[in-house]
Amino acid sequence: MRYSGFRVLREGLFGHKGWKPAWRDPAPKTHYDIIIVGGGGHGLATAHYLAKIYGEKSIAVLEKGWIGGGNVGRNTTIVRSNYLLDGNEPFYEFSLKLWEGLEQDLNYNAMVSQRGILNLCHSDAQRDAYRRRGNAMLLNGADAELLDPDQVRRMAPFLNFDNARFPIKGGLLQRRGGTVRHDAVAWGYARAADSRGVDIIQNCEVTGFRIEKGRVKGVETSRGFIGAGKVGVAVAGSSSRVMEKAGMRLPLESHALQAFVSEGLKPVLPGVITFGAGHFYVSQSDKGGLVFGGDIDGYNSYAQRGNLPVIEDVCEGGMALMPMIGRARLLRMWGGIMDMSMDGSPIIDRTPVDGLYFNGGWCYGGFKATPASGYVFAHLLSTDQPHDTATAYRFDRFRRGYLIDEKGVGAQPNLH
Amino acid sequence: MLIPHPLLGPRDSAEFTYLGDASLIARPDGMSDGADEAFYDYLYLRDNPAGIHRELWFHEQGDRSWLVVTRNTLTHEILGAELARDVAMAQRNTPEAKA
Repeated sequence: MRYSGFRVLREGLFGHKGWKPAWRDPAPKTHYDIIIVGGGGHGLATAHYLAKIYGEKSIAVLEKGWIGGGNVGRNTTIVRSNYLLDGNEPFYEFSLKLWEGLEQDLNYNAMVSQRGILNLCHSDAQRDAYRRRGNAMLLNGADAELLDPDQVRRMAPFLNFDNARFPIKGGLLQRRGGTVRHDAVAWGYARAADSRGVDIIQNCEVTGFRIEKGRVKGVETSRGFIGAGKVGVAVAGSSSRVMEKAGMRLPLESHALQAFVSEGLKPVLPGVITFGAGHFYVSQSDKGGLVFGGDIDGYNSYAQRGNLPVIEDVCEGGMALMPMIGRARLLRMWGGIMDMSMDGSPIIDRTPVDGLYFNGGWCYGGFKATPASGYVFAHLLSTDQPHDTATAYRFDRFRRGYLIDEKGVGAQPNLH
Repeated sequence: MLIPHPLLGPRDSAEFTYLGDASLIARPDGMSDGADEAFYDYLYLRDNPAGIHRELWFHEQGDRSWLVVTRNTLTHEILGAELARDVAMAQRNTPEAKA
């Protein structure tokens, strides 16, 4: 069923009785050409592009719980492509371009809103670093503007400009960045993939891999064995747990990241704003809540919830940046499990097991990457070659010393 | 989270900074054969278990001692803490280390 304004009107006239479930609930078949483990944003996007762009016919997505119940439903919905390094920026710009055409591609309202992202700088050195970053973005075909303090003041007069310790010296603005309704991304990809024959199988946990003579033959699941020609794993925070079943140790640690939302307010924020002197980022949802976050909790965790010290730290960052936030009440907070890699950048690669592929290590930047991650993972699964924008995301970069370390902190996952 | 410091009693985890898996105590010998491979393993690969995890915490806002804390990563329950110094000494005195 195609969604349109006309369809809404028509259904309105007939009591909304014509709507059907957006995707099927199929029983698993005995064999698929390609199995994707993980029904999150990246897994569902992979299935969509495999079917649509690469013409694959026999695909299943296996999800332990329900689709979109992990990080794609737990993030702060920000999309952007303001990276510095050559290994990253072309990939994230590719992703932002896919976001721009996403709703037409999926025929689904994902509320893609390019309201802009503004990274504030608080010292001369930081402004120079942002100028360099902006130039790197422009060289890779993205958009970037360096704003002076007056331009920032016109855009966001409520910020704490004259903070004695962290005065605002300007900002790097990417107008094409913004926010996307996160759940709708999972649902939109699921519906689009399903309409091309992809089986989305929920409540189906992968409990092991069947590997014969170094080649994957299928996966053992809570609903029995399912044979497969190729298996792609995209399970974010559970990466180490799942790949351990294939005998692999990964350059990853799992950490809890919290996100927060205030009560609903009238429109106050023009776009996404990030604090350059602490770690705090904030936007306003269409429902009116201020959605914000900061650092990960900093210790290994699989608990999908965090602790109070980081909540205090994030709220302090908010108060330092925009004191008016102190008048809003915090409504709720939640946590997700991040697959923090050793250099802060992702891995999309083959594994030592033939036919087994891995997509992970997204740290806390996976949401913005969803479309491109799916696209390039589909490319890898279908053609066995890395996509042009993802050639740097290899496992062996750690062994060879070709790290993609945006932050420059080394192999210390809780600092990325 | 409260960390039961062996010398100071229960302390707020916010006084500590976190390094990672306690296996980082056993730094490979850079002069040995196969040091490249051993350091790749040591620096980058992690077990990252869901469940019981032994990990290094540094009492930065306290007595500046390193602790090995045993903690459940699924529940954040802390099961014990010992001085990293004692753990390292014990490792050094095991038969395989002497051989």
